[in-house]
Amino acid sequence: MTALRDLIKRYQLASVLVLTLLLAVVLPLTLDIFRLNLVGKYLTYAFVAVGLVMVWGYGGVLSLGQGVFFGLGGYAMAMFLKLEASDPITTKIQSTPGIPDFMDWNQLTALPLFWEPFKSLPFTLIAVIAVPTLLAWIISYAMFKRRVGGVYFAIITQAVALILTVLIIGQQGYTGGVNGMTDLKTMLGWDTRTNGAKYILYYVCVALLIGSILLCRWIQTGKAGTLLLAMRDKEDRVRFSGYDVANFRVFTFCLTAALSGIGGALFSLQVGFMSPSFVGIVPSIEMVIFAAVGGRMSLVGAVYGTLLVNAGKTFFSESFPDLWLFLMAALFIGVTMAFPMGLAGLWQDHVVPWWAKRRSEMRKDKAAAARRAAEDDASGAAPEAAAKAPRAAGTPERLGDVAGQRA
Amino acid sequence: MNFSDLLNIGLMQGFAGLSLFAVLLLMGLGLAIIFGQMGVINMAHGEFMAIGAYTIYLGSQLTEQYAPSLMPVYFPLAVILAFCFAFAGGWLIEWSLIRHLYKRPLDTLLATWGISLAMQQCFRTFIGPKEVSPTLPDWLLGSWAPVSGLDIPRNGMFVLALTAVVTCGVLLALSKSRWGLRVRATVSNRVMANATGIDTRKTDRLTFAIGCGIAGVAGAAFTTIGSTGPTSGQLYIVDSFLVVTFGGAASLLGTVVSAFGIAQTQSLAEFFMPGSMAKMLTLTLIVVILMMRPQGLFASKVRR
Amino acid sequence: MSQPENPHDRLKGVSDSADAPSPFRRRILQGLSAMPILAVPGISLAQKFPTAKVNTTKLAMTETEVTVGQLHSSTGTMAISETGSIQAEQLAIDQINAMGGILGRKIKVIKEDGASDWPTFAEKSKKLLINDRCATVFGCWTSASRKAVLPVFEKENGLLYYPTFYEGLEQSKNVFYTGQEATQQILYGLDWAKNEKKAKSFFLIGSDYIWPRTSMKIARKHIENFQKGKVVGEEYYPLGSTNFGSLMNKIKLQKPDCIFAAVVGGSNVAFYKALKAAGITGNKQLLLTLSVTEDEMTGVGGENFAGFYSSMKYFQSLDNDNNKKFVAAFKAKYGPKSVIGDVTQAAYLGPWLWKAAVERAGSFDVDKVVAASPGIELKQAPEGYVKLDANHHLWSKSRIAMGQPDATFKVVAESPQLIKPDPFPKGYQ
Repeated sequence: MTALRDLIKRYQLASVLVLTLLLAVVLPLTLDIFRLNLVGKYLTYAFVAVGLVMVWGYGGVLSLGQGVFFGLGGYAMAMFLKLEASDPITTKIQSTPGIPDFMDWNQLTALPLFWEPFKSLPFTLIAVIAVPTLLAWIISYAMFKRRVGGVYFAIITQAVALILTVLIIGQQGYTGGVNGMTDLKTMLGWDTRTNGAKYILYYVCVALLIGSILLCRWIQTGKAGTLLLAMRDKEDRVRFSGYDVANFRVFTFCLTAALSGIGGALFSLQVGFMSPSFVGIVPSIEMVIFAAVGGRMSLVGAVYGTLLVNAGKTFFSESFPDLWLFLMAALFIGVTMAFPMGLAGLWQDHVVPWWAKRRSEMRKDKAAAARRAAEDDASGAAPEAAAKAPRAAGTPERLGDVAGQRA
Repeated sequence: MNFSDLLNIGLMQGFAGLSLFAVLLLMGLGLAIIFGQMGVINMAHGEFMAIGAYTIYLGSQLTEQYAPSLMPVYFPLAVILAFCFAFAGGWLIEWSLIRHLYKRPLDTLLATWGISLAMQQCFRTFIGPKEVSPTLPDWLLGSWAPVSGLDIPRNGMFVLALTAVVTCGVLLALSKSRWGLRVRATVSNRVMANATGIDTRKTDRLTFAIGCGIAGVAGAAFTTIGSTGPTSGQLYIVDSFLVVTFGGAASLLGTVVSAFGIAQTQSLAEFFMPGSMAKMLTLTLIVVILMMRPQGLFASKVRR
Repeated sequence: MSQPENPHDRLKGVSDSADAPSPFRRRILQGLSAMPILAVPGISLAQKFPTAKVNTTKLAMTETEVTVGQLHSSTGTMAISETGSIQAEQLAIDQINAMGGILGRKIKVIKEDGASDWPTFAEKSKKLLINDRCATVFGCWTSASRKAVLPVFEKENGLLYYPTFYEGLEQSKNVFYTGQEATQQILYGLDWAKNEKKAKSFFLIGSDYIWPRTSMKIARKHIENFQKGKVVGEEYYPLGSTNFGSLMNKIKLQKPDCIFAAVVGGSNVAFYKALKAAGITGNKQLLLTLSVTEDEMTGVGGENFAGFYSSMKYFQSLDNDNNKKFVAAFKAKYGPKSVIGDVTQAAYLGPWLWKAAVERAGSFDVDKVVAASPGIELKQAPEGYVKLDANHHLWSKSRIAMGQPDATFKVVAESPQLIKPDPFPKGYQ
């Protein structure tokens, strides 16, 4: 029993469980399929946000190019779906039937060679993860080996995002250009646009997201997580202790790229198209704000942050389109200035201490009745409260230390 | 098509590369100063350029309406005004936001991005969603044709001259003025600079404001080439970032060299191949070089 | 005032006698006072068309109101271009409502912002069709946004009126294209350049996306195969590019008789400023463009475009009664400084075409409206008479106009007949 409780505490399973309940039970019961599909779309961004918690919150390296990996995963999946949607019968109006419509518009007369493997689903599924990971490895290996980090890493990833956007838009015969890949209909003959399919895809998305969170949590609580935090705070000391700092960072960065790729693939499946507007600088930075609002140290918080910001975006752009940008701006500034730990930080700083206090007060009441037991309990609860209740608005270092101790 | 025609085209092509160089340099300069000195990446850089551009636009509108006789001379005055407005904006933002975030450079990135969003919406609400371009004085329009067949764009010459003035001004100020002395002291050792009585906070604020002011001038110069809309800033910032990243963000010389390299590559490539291909070739070259030298062409010797 | 028993008979009478979709109340009061539609108060007309009968597909409407959607970008880079369309559609809807609405129902508009972002367009179109059950949607501007929403409209069987001139190669049951497709806009212009201006060599320049590329493909085939002319250059620049210095030198190297341009957005302004700065002006060089309307002209500036030519189906300065009234109504609503470009006018046609089709069908059901649409005519269109083809595009005239220093256009040529829309042109693929 205590072993189980330890396990739950160690992996913060309680919060993951609450999230699972919310996503898998509460939302499907309360929302209609249209809104649920929207939530499913937001959840695909949450993969990126969860990845950012790992690489930014824990790794201390901010990447402003996560949209690249999201886009690559999404494009890989979209290529498969597009090929399936472009069978010779539905495209018989084209001059070259059987190739995707945008190729025909760009005077291509045969399927380019690199498109061929995407006729196979297993290859596509591997590519969804492998392509972003490979690119992430190339970028991060070059940078981290030369100890490039901090703000400089951020702007280089941004440059990569920009360049990839230009590439995709420029090579419209191969990628669909600005239009992206539209009109994705079926996967192995299964119509992904029906309500039933949307429910299934939604649950697949939730399951994979929860799985990713658990995986990340597992890494965080292991030795790698401890080292990541240590590297973030005192990189040189870790290096002097004999660890290869770069390799750990490269690993984390590749992991987040893979997660983002999965998110992108699920996006293509659920929304039915992919466009270069997910690859550029703006979406990449927006994804950072999802993680920041939720709390850059909290995996679960990142999901809540993503849902909240996107729901806000949809709501405000429906009701007050002019206010939306101001609100978004306020979010950016507010989160960085006042709540650097986001929603999770608020929870940690205000709700948890308050609860701990309540509990210890209740225990004190009991203590009046049984003095000996009370002393034991109070001494047990006090250090915990002290560890969790410190300071005003948690600076990264402080909260990181707490997390480090816990691990 | 005889030899003198080809010579003319060659000359004009050389000038096209030079004027692109001037534009890129002017765009990247403000960003590089702020990053080199303070380690802060100003994501609202493009919007400060838009402030400059809008200043010119408003200036041209007001002059046209109230003092049409001043049309030939309003432009230089408006450029100075553009610097002042952007300078004031930068000062305000440093005071209200940036100074609280020096310990967290990554967060300045997010905060300034937020500012850029707010500024975009301000432009849209108060000036309008349409792209505008100012009425330029006649001496900025058309071309200067010393011989027939040779057309040197006047706006290009103007931007080139302006860039030369601003760049030399900045380099001189950094090496000769008291501000430059303080800046250099702060960059090499902040704590020590503080100890010798330099007010590093004030230095930072001044530097940030000057960087923004230069962005304003860049935006002003840009009105002679393109148009300005609420989201133009996002377009500007992309090029600015490439120049600064490629040059090695901490070095002004790097910015100059990288602007020159990118401009010449792109301009030449554009002459010999289609525009889209040229852009791609330039970008691919930048990526390959960045992969080999991720710290940029001219990295500072100080290890961070 | 007696009503014919069968609504179809009555409506046929209306569209035969006076072409129901007149935007102009005064004209209607004068000339069409006999029309039953005006004499009967809306509510009783609606009783003639009970909701259960005119709406069998659960569209959003009551006995007095019908809901339509409007999906444009009011924020983002495209807001510049799409604002005019938003305004024109609103104007048409207001005028229709002032006339008593459609089948006795006032039009209620749900506005959504696509934010210049194609995925947002797709999301919002789902909302308009699935959640709001809009009877029709007026919207989109760029090809990319149309391509993004197209699968949604086809899947949910919605109805979209799309205002922009575009690349063709598309014909959806669920979309009506009120702008020109590529051949309508291009071929007449090229022939005019050849016949009137004796142009033999052409330099093609476009922004790098599907519309300019398809347009230039058609132009090249026409020049090379039908005109026996020469294409001396074909160049595409990335969207938003402002650096045209090298291009100017290439043009000077090739010395084409005619520059044929389809540069869009912010690049447009930079392109014409660069031409001016390179000394390539209207009195020395023939330039024909597909992408400068009055809207773009305000940004480009008259002094940079003076003497160049634009090929469109509509210009604000068109001299006819319909247009004068339209321009007056538009300026009365949106201020004297507002300008009307080609797309704005095409957007204005959307609500009127829909009204005519609904009244002919006697139903709001999408399938019936689509079935009733081919052959609908608008005699009161500001651009003049237009007719809806069975392929969902409009028959329209093409016009060439010269830019003036004060940023207006002077029409110099007009196709004698309506040009048949041909979204899948043979011989140009």
